[in-house]
Amino acid sequence: MIAIVVSVLIGILLMFSGLIFQKSSQVQILAIFGSIALLAANCYDLMLDSRDVVSYFDMISFDKYSSTFNVLVTGCVVLYLLIFKKNIADIGKNDAEYFALIFFILCGAYLISSFTNLLILFLGIEILSIPQYVLAGSDKQNIKSHEASLKYFLMGAFSTGILLMGITLVYGATGDFNVTSEQFLNAIQTSNALSYIGILLIAIAFAFKVSAAPVHYWTPDVYDGSPTPITALMATIVKISVFLGFIKLFHLSFGTIGSIWQVTISVMIVMTLLFGNITAIFQQSVKRMMAYSSIAQAGFMLFAIFSLNDTSWNGLLLYAVAYTLASLGVFAAITKVKDYTYDGFKGLGKRHPVLAATTVICLLSLTGIPMTAGFFGKYYLLTAAVEQGQSIGIVFFAVLMAAISSYYYFRLISSIYFKEGNAELNSEPNSFDNTLYIINAALIIILGLLPGLISVF
Amino acid sequence: MLIILLLLIPFLGGALTLLMPENSARLTAIASSIAILIVAAIICYFYLNNTNIEFISFDRVWIGQLGAHFSIEVKHSLQALMVLLTAITFPFIFLFFINKEPKNKNIFYGLMLLAELGLLGVFISKDALLFYGFWEIALIPVYFLSSLYGGERRVPVTFKFFVYTFAGSLLMLIGIIYLYQHTGPTHSFSLYSFIEAGRSLPLETQSWLFWVLFVAFAIKMPVFPFHTWQPDAYEQSATPVTVVLSALMVKMGLFAVLFWLIPSVTMGAQEWMNVVIFLSVTGIVYASILAIAQSNIKRLVAYSSIAHIGLMCAAIFSQHNLGWQGTLIQMFNHGINIMGMWFLVAVLENRLQTQDMNQMGGVAKVAPKFTIALVLISMSNIALPLTCGFVGEFMMLNGLFSGASSYSTAFTVVACLAVILSAYYTLSMVRKVAYGELKENTKKFNDLTNNEMFIIGLIMFIILALGFYPQWLLNWINII
Repeated sequence: MIAIVVSVLIGILLMFSGLIFQKSSQVQILAIFGSIALLAANCYDLMLDSRDVVSYFDMISFDKYSSTFNVLVTGCVVLYLLIFKKNIADIGKNDAEYFALIFFILCGAYLISSFTNLLILFLGIEILSIPQYVLAGSDKQNIKSHEASLKYFLMGAFSTGILLMGITLVYGATGDFNVTSEQFLNAIQTSNALSYIGILLIAIAFAFKVSAAPVHYWTPDVYDGSPTPITALMATIVKISVFLGFIKLFHLSFGTIGSIWQVTISVMIVMTLLFGNITAIFQQSVKRMMAYSSIAQAGFMLFAIFSLNDTSWNGLLLYAVAYTLASLGVFAAITKVKDYTYDGFKGLGKRHPVLAATTVICLLSLTGIPMTAGFFGKYYLLTAAVEQGQSIGIVFFAVLMAAISSYYYFRLISSIYFKEGNAELNSEPNSFDNTLYIINAALIIILGLLPGLISVF
Repeated sequence: MLIILLLLIPFLGGALTLLMPENSARLTAIASSIAILIVAAIICYFYLNNTNIEFISFDRVWIGQLGAHFSIEVKHSLQALMVLLTAITFPFIFLFFINKEPKNKNIFYGLMLLAELGLLGVFISKDALLFYGFWEIALIPVYFLSSLYGGERRVPVTFKFFVYTFAGSLLMLIGIIYLYQHTGPTHSFSLYSFIEAGRSLPLETQSWLFWVLFVAFAIKMPVFPFHTWQPDAYEQSATPVTVVLSALMVKMGLFAVLFWLIPSVTMGAQEWMNVVIFLSVTGIVYASILAIAQSNIKRLVAYSSIAHIGLMCAAIFSQHNLGWQGTLIQMFNHGINIMGMWFLVAVLENRLQTQDMNQMGGVAKVAPKFTIALVLISMSNIALPLTCGFVGEFMMLNGLFSGASSYSTAFTVVACLAVILSAYYTLSMVRKVAYGELKENTKKFNDLTNNEMFIIGLIMFIILALGFYPQWLLNWINII
């Protein structure tokens, strides 16, 4: 609870810091310290809440999953700000506002992870989304950024409408907004067309936010048009936060009627994996490839929603962190190179060994090679799906798609190491940057060797 | 505890070598590989005498929640033989190619040692998750090695190899997860619980589970029709890497079938026995005929390797004790043999700058030492009596003949046909290379240097010693 308050306070503080501080570097330092303070607040919350579920006015409640997730996502934000602080400040003039908006996004993420009331979920998703519309269009010189912002806003507003419609219908069927109350859980079990349609609409709205097919079409354009540091934020931290809300709502509240919506989710998984992976193969720009890769990875994370068991919760947490760390590493490389097509990466291995090696570790993790965190993420989610029992067919399909995904990830590895070329960078990475890249890669490998570090039992 | 050195030395040696300046890399790498050989020899000694058991096994909890253990041991003659073969191969490669390494020595040696780490890990792990991890770890350094060094088409060819094997291993992962779900009340990845879980499954489940696992291993071996990556990969990789691929990595597939697949999915293996033997035998004939048609010497050896592996795979699935024993012996002998063959091919390629046999000829006149080695190793490749190739092949054919398959006679007849074909293509290779008129570029062919002679001599010694006195290896196997 403290973390939610602190995140808003830091956001407001940062908003006005632009008036006080003349230099951008001072704002950056303030933002980093703010994120570290927020991490401390979350850790405090985790210690406080670890004993039992703590509920506030039947609106929000913290259990072991949401508290752990909040700590993890804040940790990722600290790393994100450290790696991208200069890039964020370089987007435009109003750097203090960009940082403030990032903290507002975090506030939304906390609400999503801890809601017990459908209205809080709605509020959380809106607080998470609106700053993104602004950030997507923050590069005012670039027409593609405008396009991304407008597109995202229109599509986002549309999906918000669908979400609201779903919530209304579910409310109509159950007569309660509180998704953990007995009345709600009893009412949802009695078969009712109203609640089915409501659940379906909510699922589609969530699918939109996590860019799952068939409502993923906005993703490539928005990710490609937005400034790269903002894309990195949207593809990782925002996406995994929405996933936590998704799994929470569907497992804890709609879990008893899983057979109703599991079919829908399984169709989504198949379509998302297929579209994401196949289209990613044909991309020439690495940034666009990462957009499609994020769709494909979302398809894998949907397995956690699909399989109703404890393994899927752990799997989702691990997968989310693994995916975030690895994607941040690749996006860091994308912001560094001048030309972020595959050709622009040629010869990176010779000229910048540290950046190249850490990027390769991130790519291996995204592919799911053992010894990296990505492997255990995939392992847990596949285990969850096999445990589920009736879904071996989809598991085989997912594995086939994972093999295909190695094509576009290894194509980049091949560009970095095996092709002749002169990869040009925007700026030489200094030793501080290199240290961060190495820390990121080391985290990936540590989690790949000891996945038990992130587990909630 | 001693056994942990088998993984620790290549890991530390490999990591150090990668970070080292180029000039000091070679010494570290050779020292580490020899240290590994010594440790492996001690472990095999302990294993053979059945003493100091506590030194050759190690077990710690790795991921408690999953029941995964970091457990490694050498408890089976198959493991001991493979560990010894791996430990021998790497110092041989390093010493043979000394002063002829590809550029960026630190990267070359570092990746080679990491590949050795993965291979040794595969052969000694007793935990399925650990086994899977090492299975992939062995692949990554080899992917980089093959892509960095070799022929012009190496990048796409290696990529094909990678995608094939990666797809196979992901299928294996599903199999592992499925078996894991069916292990006792407290799930575990250990070999014994997997065997128990596998045997408790009904026949229908076993029969699809068999293919999920077998395809992964069949791609690695490779068995027809999963072999299409292999000739290209062997041809395009630099020869030191080709040796690792053909002497060791293909053994991973055979090893996994013998050690993991058949014990746990026994009924499934029996169910599909005839299909697998049929594929293997078809592969033998197919590869032998293609080998006859090759003019590129590396492709010829590659196809001959497919034929040999096919026979081993057929013998494994004959489900006959003699066939299994023959395979065990042959896995070791084939490793030594093919290593010698590749070394000689590397000498040819290095001196003549070509892989085309039509541009070779008359080498016997200028290089007698080389020719003796070539003839001897070729004889072993054909499995002539008194070379080490003979013993294993004889036992395997014998096993195949008396095996459980209902078509065993037909299979054996076709497999024997392949022995004749192998004599044909191997001897015509010897003829094209060593005899006939001297060609333009073979006139200045230098005979083996002392260093090369030393390694080839050792290989020839092993070939002859095991050919004359195979009992030494057979004693290993009887320990089971």
